[in-house]
Parts: sequence; structure tokens; C-alpha cells
Amino acid sequence: MTPELAGSQIVIELVYLIASVLFILSLKWMSSPTTARHGIWAGEIGMLLAICGTLLHHGIVDYRLIAIALVLGTIIGVPLGRVAMTAVPQRTALSHAFGALCVTLVGSAEFYLRAPNISRFMMSVLSLEVILGGLTVTGSLMAAGKLQEILPQRPLTYKGQNLVNFVLLAVAVAIAVTLVLHPGDHSLFPFMVLIALAFGVLLIIPIGGADMPTVISLLNGYAGLSAAAMGFVLDSKLLIIAGALDGSSGLILSIIMSKAMNRSFTNVLFGAFGQVQAASAAGEEARPVRSATPEEAAAILSAANRVIVVPGYGMAVAQAQHKVRELFDALSKRGVDVRFAIHPVAGRMPGHMNVLLAEADIPYDRLIEMDEINGDFPQTDVALVIGANDVTNPAARSDASSPIYGMPILDVDKAHTVMVIKRSMNPGFAGIDNPLYYLDNTLMLFGDAKAFVGSIVRELGGGHG
Amino acid sequence: MNSSSNLIDALFIFVLAGFIGFEVIRRVSPLLHTPLMSLTNALDAIAVVGAIVLVGEHKSTLSAVFGFIAVVAATSNIVGGFFITDRMLKMFKSSRPAAKPVVK
Repeated sequence: MTPELAGSQIVIELVYLIASVLFILSLKWMSSPTTARHGIWAGEIGMLLAICGTLLHHGIVDYRLIAIALVLGTIIGVPLGRVAMTAVPQRTALSHAFGALCVTLVGSAEFYLRAPNISRFMMSVLSLEVILGGLTVTGSLMAAGKLQEILPQRPLTYKGQNLVNFVLLAVAVAIAVTLVLHPGDHSLFPFMVLIALAFGVLLIIPIGGADMPTVISLLNGYAGLSAAAMGFVLDSKLLIIAGALDGSSGLILSIIMSKAMNRSFTNVLFGAFGQVQAASAAGEEARPVRSATPEEAAAILSAANRVIVVPGYGMAVAQAQHKVRELFDALSKRGVDVRFAIHPVAGRMPGHMNVLLAEADIPYDRLIEMDEINGDFPQTDVALVIGANDVTNPAARSDASSPIYGMPILDVDKAHTVMVIKRSMNPGFAGIDNPLYYLDNTLMLFGDAKAFVGSIVRELGGGHG
Repeated sequence: MNSSSNLIDALFIFVLAGFIGFEVIRRVSPLLHTPLMSLTNALDAIAVVGAIVLVGEHKSTLSAVFGFIAVVAATSNIVGGFFITDRMLKMFKSSRPAAKPVVK
């Protein structure tokens, strides 16, 4: 069975065991905001223990290079931990790329150290590690580029796209199979990695901004699975556990996101959302809408008893969250009950809106999930939509021809009055027309979200200039 | 080290850890999904242990160079990931005074 372990080896394994327990506790404590910060401490201690334990490894001869790498990583990591909250989605995508880069490089190095003495199972896992890792590296970089708006956010599609992707993946798998059977074929290995890298790029090209929450979750899952595969290759139980935890986290989030968009995984990855909608929006003619000034909006809001604010990605783009807090304060002072309705896919990553509103000092018990708050809209005086579009589109409930038909939405149209802050009547990110804007109880507030909310706050006499 | 019983052990661990992960993460409040992702990202960077061994053992130039880049990438995830998760969680405050005062 197991070979005799040296004394130091036993110590290292025990340290890894403690680290594994701490990692699981770390995630367990994330279940509630009151215990979540313990979770970070547990994670940090686990990580520190694991790294120190690893340094005891008897084979290590060169500590200098390790130290330089650790310092360099810290120097890069600190600014990545200090980015603005609005930049968190692209930072997260970038860190998926870094994590996957680490896994891919270690996998490649292990291949060259061991080949051709690699068992078939080991080679299969190693191939899985570098293919998943490779596509996550470039896929995440593409996602980060799109989120940072270095790359065009509109989905890019071309004829036969899925076929090209499929063929590419098939070739990578074919190379992997060849390597499993003949691990001595060194020269094939770089091609497998290159194809995985190319596949990652092509996978994200057709993805639009509205699909980013699902895609980031999916890449998170891939990064986790590739790390778990690396654990198999290195025979590291700690790595298998951490990878499995990360993988299941990414998977659960992807499922939640897909459900919130009423779409399947394959649909998100191979669907190229934007194209369909551009076609359906094209036939629309201009219909009359009612609009209102900041004064009128302020008057309606201050007369209300219950207000639900529906934030979306537009609020993040306009950096309006701090003005929204001032509005929250001004209305609360007047005795208005103000809550926030959070759609699972509002924003560009899971939970994006919660973080932005928490940053603006809005108490988290005012942030209510979709399922919990949807029943309250009929008793709500004003639903104020700020920079959200598709997640409020009643066509998702009623119009079977709509591309978002069946997607769960926030039922803002059931509120007595709906106010929508929007730059213009241009269709939103996904390019779908929103019938909400033409309803009799809807008032359009045209303007920049930050400026408009600021004007309302001034009217209410609660702003700071 | 690569005996088949070890591989079976590893599979057991993977499947069981997957189940634990599923059950634990299912209970995470949607409120905290963003910090959850940055935290799992930092924890996932435990891959650094494999990279450290690669650099430290210095078996070949290629493995040392790849290992070096891998340690840098993973360490930046550890530091940046824990840092930003902590920053985010500090921001979540309750309006109910009954809750414990926020530790600064």
C-alpha cells in the first residue's frame, strides 16, 4: 500500500490536513456576512501553514529563487487587491487567468520532467489539467479585456463558429489521446497547449457583456477543476480538495446564473446571444413614452411610503452608487421605506450589485434577492430602476417570441409607479426592446444616472451640494 | 507514488471534497457571491505549493523557469485575493444596531 513516510513528510501531510480543514471552514463561514470575515482569517492561516509546510519539503535546494518569486508575486498582488469595486469583475477574471497560468505551467513542467515514464491515467489527468488550464488562461484574459473595455464588448460571431470551436477542441483531445498512448511524443505536447490557448480565445469571442456573470463563474469552475487535476498529478490531497471546492463553487454559481437567465450552459457558450436580439429589435417603431423631470420625480418619491430601487450594470458604469446612497438617506429620513431588489445576474459578475451598494454604505439587510422581493412590488408605491434593463423586461413573462422569454425578472411593472433612469431610448446592452418603458404607469427619467439621482437628492434637500 | 491505490484514494478525496464544497457553498448567501468568488480564487492559488517544489528542486531550467512564473502568478492571487475579499467584507454593514459592532 502506502510507502513508509519520512518524519518530515508526515509533518508536511499533517500541516496540509489542517490547511484543508481551515479551507472548508473558510467557505462555511462565508454563509453569513456576520461570520464571513472569520472565513478570511481561516483561509489565510491555512494558506500560510500550507506554504510553510511545503518549504520543509526535503527535495528543495534553492530557497533564494522561491523567495524572489514570492516577493514578486506579492508586489503584483497588492495593487490587484486594491482595485476599485467597480473593477472587481475584470480583476476576478484576471485572477482566474493567473491561477490557470500557474496550473498550466506546473503541468507542462511536470510533463517534461517525467515523460516518457507517465502512466496512462496520469497522462490523461495531466492532459486535462493543461487543456482546462490553457483555455482558462486565454478565456479569462479575453473576459477581463472585454470587461475592461479594451476589447469590444459586443459578441463577435461568424458563420461556422461552433464548428471551428468543436474541431479545435476535438484536435486537442485527439493529441491528448495520442500522448496517453505514446507519452514519448514530446513534440506533440506544445501543440496541445497552443490549441487549448486558442480555444479559450475563440470560446469568449462570441460572449456578450450580459453573459459575463455566467462565463466568469464557468471559468472559475474550470480553474478549480484544472487545479484538482494538478492535485492528481502531484499526488497532493490538499490541492485536490482546494480544486474540488473551487470547482464546485464555480459550478454552483454557473448554475444559479444560467437559471437566472433561463439558459443552459451550452446555450451560454455556443448561443451568441446578441445576434438574435439585434434582429428582433430592428422591427420596432417609435412609441410614445412619458418622461419626468427631477423635480417631478422627487415629488413622487417623497410622497411614497414604499420604494424599491432596482440597480443594474448602468448604475456601476455611471458610478452612481454613492448618489444612490444619498437618495436612500434622504428618503429614509422622510420615513420612506427604501429597499433594493437584486437580480442574480444584475451587473457583470455574481453578487456585483451587492458589493457596489455595500461600498456606498447601504446596509446589507436592505438588499433583497429577487425571489424574496418580487411579491412586494404590487404593494410598492415607486419602483426606481437605475441602469437595469433586461432584468425588468416584462416581455420575459409574456412574449414567447422574445429572446429572453422565460427568464425570471423583477416584477417592477406591478408597482404603482415605475421610474426608469436611462440615457436615451436606445435598447440596452443585449439590444432587446423593453415594453416596460411604454406602460401607462412608467415615467422615463432621461439623463446620466449619477447626475439625475444627484438632482433628485438636491430637490429632496438631502444632498451635499 | 503513482500506484493505482493512490489514484483511487485521490479519486475518493476528490469526490468527497466536491460534495462538501457543494453543500457548503450552496448555503452561501447570494449577497456574498462576489467575495465568495475572490475567496475561492485565493484558496485555489494553493497550487503555489506545487510550483514552489518545482522551483526549489530545480530539476531542469525549464521546470525552474515555469515554476518561478507559476509561483509569481499564484502568489499574486493569494495576496490580491485575500486582500480584496477582506476589503469587500468590511463594507457589508447591517442597519440593525443589535448586531455586533463592526470590527475595524
